[in-house]
Amino acid sequence: MRIAIASGKGGTGKTIVATNLAATLAENDSPVTYLDCDVEAPNGHIFLKPEITHRETVTIPVPEVNEVKCTRCGCCGDFCQYNAIVCLGNAVLTFPDLCHGCGGCSLLVCPEGAIREIPRAIGEIEQGKSGLTDFVQGRLRIGQASATPLIRAVKRHLPRTGIAILDAPPGNSCPMVETIREADLVLLITEPTPFGLHDLRLAVETVRLAGLAHAVVVNRAGRGEADVRRYCDRAGIPILLEIPEDRRIAETYSRGELAIRTIPAYADWMRALFERMRHEALV
Amino acid sequence: MKELVVLSGKGGTGKTSLVACLAALADRKVLADCDVDAADLHLVLAPHVLHREEFRGGKQASILPEKCTACGECWAFCRFDAIRFDGPANNVLEKTYRVDPMGCEGCGVCACVCSCQAIELAPVVSGEWYVSETRHGPMVHARLHPAGENSGKLVTLVRTRARAIAEERGLDLVIADGAPGIGCPVIASVAGASLILGVAEATLSGKHDLERLAGLAAHFGIPVLVCINKADLNGEVAAAIDEWCRARGIPVVGSIPYDGRFTEAQVQGKSLVELGDGATARAVREVWRRTKVALEGCR
Repeated sequence: MRIAIASGKGGTGKTIVATNLAATLAENDSPVTYLDCDVEAPNGHIFLKPEITHRETVTIPVPEVNEVKCTRCGCCGDFCQYNAIVCLGNAVLTFPDLCHGCGGCSLLVCPEGAIREIPRAIGEIEQGKSGLTDFVQGRLRIGQASATPLIRAVKRHLPRTGIAILDAPPGNSCPMVETIREADLVLLITEPTPFGLHDLRLAVETVRLAGLAHAVVVNRAGRGEADVRRYCDRAGIPILLEIPEDRRIAETYSRGELAIRTIPAYADWMRALFERMRHEALV
Repeated sequence: MKELVVLSGKGGTGKTSLVACLAALADRKVLADCDVDAADLHLVLAPHVLHREEFRGGKQASILPEKCTACGECWAFCRFDAIRFDGPANNVLEKTYRVDPMGCEGCGVCACVCSCQAIELAPVVSGEWYVSETRHGPMVHARLHPAGENSGKLVTLVRTRARAIAEERGLDLVIADGAPGIGCPVIASVAGASLILGVAEATLSGKHDLERLAGLAAHFGIPVLVCINKADLNGEVAAAIDEWCRARGIPVVGSIPYDGRFTEAQVQGKSLVELGDGATARAVREVWRRTKVALEGCR
């Protein structure tokens, strides 16, 4: 069972819900894997404090041109959709930062066999254990533009059984979509503010386009949730939980602690959230 | 002309609320919303759109079911897990291959390896961009379609237009509201910018992600200033951010308290400084005053 925790807007509480849900379910004897797919700004480790037992570097294949074999025909540059390889007069230039690693130039179009692929490190994956929770995170190298290949690599660590909780990056573009693509349920976290509601609508459009089951959690409820409720009601999206605005939760978060450790009700809310997912037959 | 980009690494630290304030405080500028896949600045600035244009960022493959022989070459070569064997039936086959648009990066490899010319690669409209007028001056913004690709290219387009408008009208400054993270759209928003204003939230997550942002700024050689937001949420973390910045020669240009009136302003479609004066508004004005001084010394 794969639960992706996402939101259009940043800072609505994805990580707080994802980490507390993972820890709560693990403590209730469910096998749980937490996967931090927000590889540009991974924060789950701050709360779960995992003991890292395995590290690997993730690479993508990028082209390297053999200047001797190359006849400067320009086929590679004509094929590349990303301008990652261009033939300018007497030189072939490669721009590994722009390369998506599709393999087209080296495997398909170079008539001279002058291009080979070399690995380029784009980030690291760390695996470990946080109490009873299995932990996986990706960490994008600084300066690397494309996060999706690293997210794909994180997802290769999805467990075959048990509960997987995927903590998604904010937004509605490629990195978010790559995270949620094969989820059984996308839990959209929102806050009851104009920005929160606006970006929730965008996130709903995105999950609907992907054809995925989805539900909403309202975080920091206390004012403005009437608008969110009205929207969800009209759109036919269940609101599974409303977490009240509480400065103690924010302070606990600021210290990098799990909310279930300082606010006992939080664990009850997480259990109730999981029950609601089951009840709605969402997972 | 100078270009200031407001960023944070972590989402939800208050970038857009701060940019809305800078919009009210700064003179002679163009605003650019570079968070194209969750743009919110328009909710406060209520732009009157003068010009809109489609954004074609990249291409997407599609398989013609009637021509597909289910040889599977496309599936074997695709490195983006974007080919699925669940396409519609044709005269010969019960199912064919299909491109999952959510995974396709438009590289064209599948179309190249398909021996029966069953795959087409076509440009897709993946968003829209706008030139608008607001109560605080001109604004360029955009909307990437849900699940859209090439947010970086759209950000570059927004910045290019914003700079062009600044030049046409003889304005001195572009203020850009950036995306969270440190990937593609953020890189597109900082390349060649004059100065980054990092909004750090006084939480361990906020500090962690600010450090990643500062790393990115150093990588591209762009000077960075920091303002600490929600500073009273955790005084210890706020002090640690301050110390971390000072140790690296990054100026801290102010601290803004955790204030519910930012939400109140949002609800009213205003920036906090337009709500009236108070301690928080004064803190924001101070951040702008010091940022302005720093901008004068930038390229």
